[in-house]
Amino acid sequence: MSQFTKEQVLAVAALANLELEPEEVELFARQLGDVLTHAEELKQVDTTGVSPTAYGVAPHTVDRSDVVVPSLPIADVVANAPERELLPRGGFFKVPRVIG
Amino acid sequence: MTVASVAEIRDGVRSGARSAVDVCRTAIERIESVDATLNAFNTVVAERAMARAAEIDADRHRFASAPLAGVPVALKDNICTRGIRTTASSRILETFVPPYDSTVVARLQAAGAVIIGKTNCDEFAMGSSNENSAFGPVRNPWALDRIPGGSAVAVAAGMTPLSFGSETGGSIRQPASMCGITGLKPTYGRVSRYGLLAFGSSLDQIGPFGHTARDCAVALGVIAGVDSADSTSATHAVDDYEGALSGEIRGLRVGVPSRLLASGVDAEISRALSASLDVLRARGATIVDIELPHAKYAISVYYLVATAEASSNLARYDGVRYGLRIAQDDLGAMYARSREKGFGAEVKRRIMLGTYVLSAGYYDAYYLKAQQVRTLILRDYHDAFEAVDVVAMPTSPIPPFTIGEKTADPLQMYLADVFTVSANLAGLPAISVPCGFTTTRLPIGLQLTGRAFDERTLLRVADAYERDTEWWKQQPPTAR
Repeated sequence: MSQFTKEQVLAVAALANLELEPEEVELFARQLGDVLTHAEELKQVDTTGVSPTAYGVAPHTVDRSDVVVPSLPIADVVANAPERELLPRGGFFKVPRVIG
Repeated sequence: MTVASVAEIRDGVRSGARSAVDVCRTAIERIESVDATLNAFNTVVAERAMARAAEIDADRHRFASAPLAGVPVALKDNICTRGIRTTASSRILETFVPPYDSTVVARLQAAGAVIIGKTNCDEFAMGSSNENSAFGPVRNPWALDRIPGGSAVAVAAGMTPLSFGSETGGSIRQPASMCGITGLKPTYGRVSRYGLLAFGSSLDQIGPFGHTARDCAVALGVIAGVDSADSTSATHAVDDYEGALSGEIRGLRVGVPSRLLASGVDAEISRALSASLDVLRARGATIVDIELPHAKYAISVYYLVATAEASSNLARYDGVRYGLRIAQDDLGAMYARSREKGFGAEVKRRIMLGTYVLSAGYYDAYYLKAQQVRTLILRDYHDAFEAVDVVAMPTSPIPPFTIGEKTADPLQMYLADVFTVSANLAGLPAISVPCGFTTTRLPIGLQLTGRAFDERTLLRVADAYERDTEWWKQQPPTAR
């Protein structure tokens, strides 16, 4: 049986950069536990020597010539940012002060 | 109201027998009259659509060979449209207006399609019911208290003749089945994912909803093909899908995994499947019993793999470059608060699950194990396709459930994906076609899965089936 404790929920939430409401912590502990318990069925499958599959259809390596192609205008790129600054030398996403 | 096919609209607009403006106006009026009830659209761009339609009418010769000339289309709201809000039905992207078109949209525009609007969906396409939208649940046009399963309602309720959805684990086939229309998930890589908001990058694929396999064939011909902006897009030549619809299926071998279907399938759905097989048999197909021994593990594999990929893909929504920001003095707190307020419960659940299965100490037991079993699921299909040309199953083991019925217990909702997720894990093309109704008039879908890049066979069988049946002609009460 997979048990999911509230402490684990909070630890995973921190890894995922998610704040949770107190009632979500309890709810998720139960619901994630249910899903993981169900997934325990995979332990019955013998996978000795079986290689993992990352893509159902194997991707191929794609090369392209190293030539400059136009990108989107900076003003368009930053237009959706909650806070932004457009200066003559470029556009910037603004975030809270990180250093000092 | 009779349903005009995509080809009829296109041919009419090209010849001048139909006006694109009239077709567009009909679609918009239909949305205005039924969508307050159904809630299928997040955004309708009526003015822009009418202007585009007028442009097509005014310059008809330029669209003389356009495969979708004047055809109104709806797009799931996770497919980026330049200048049209693209929300993924999430608070975190409620105001996001993409600065670029997805490749699918660019191809549709070039093909003469008229974009009508963006359809409601589960938040970031996560869910099998379309209840998990920040903008409210979508209702099934066949029974307003039931789930539609996803973004099939625009077509099912007669609002647009064609629409485009995305699949990670069944979100084209399930809603097509639950709403009584046809939906195609192409082979992984057949259609560019550039501009599709990523959920599970090894699983995601865009595909069409239409009334018929023929409508879907026309649409696939437009959107399929390699794209330099998506390195996972396939270089295989794009087939003539419409030309493949010969109605001829004599000698075709249809595999049925009867052991997998022996339990857990609603009795009315089982009967509809049997009757569908009789239709194919009468046209000359051979029904062959096959084994897919690991398909029963597909749900577990899927919910580990898809959530792992989702937890990584959704890390980008942090309130910095786009979307909702909850202002905080500290950068880390800003990320966490913005994500807390911006994401709904199902998205948080999946990010949490994915983060957990990828975390140190659990990776081998969950994620790696799931990827190994994914290999076995793939091998099962490979073996099956030695003996058969397509695999037939129900699309869903149960009819559409009631809105709210499974909200408290997400695992129960996940289990309804049992017959769809394996095609995504294996990258295979699959289609759902209408194949009957329950005694309470809820649609049932027949699912056909094919070999990788063999959409031609899949569409040919689906079209042959639709030639001999009338299920696809049925219209829900709200569309009459």
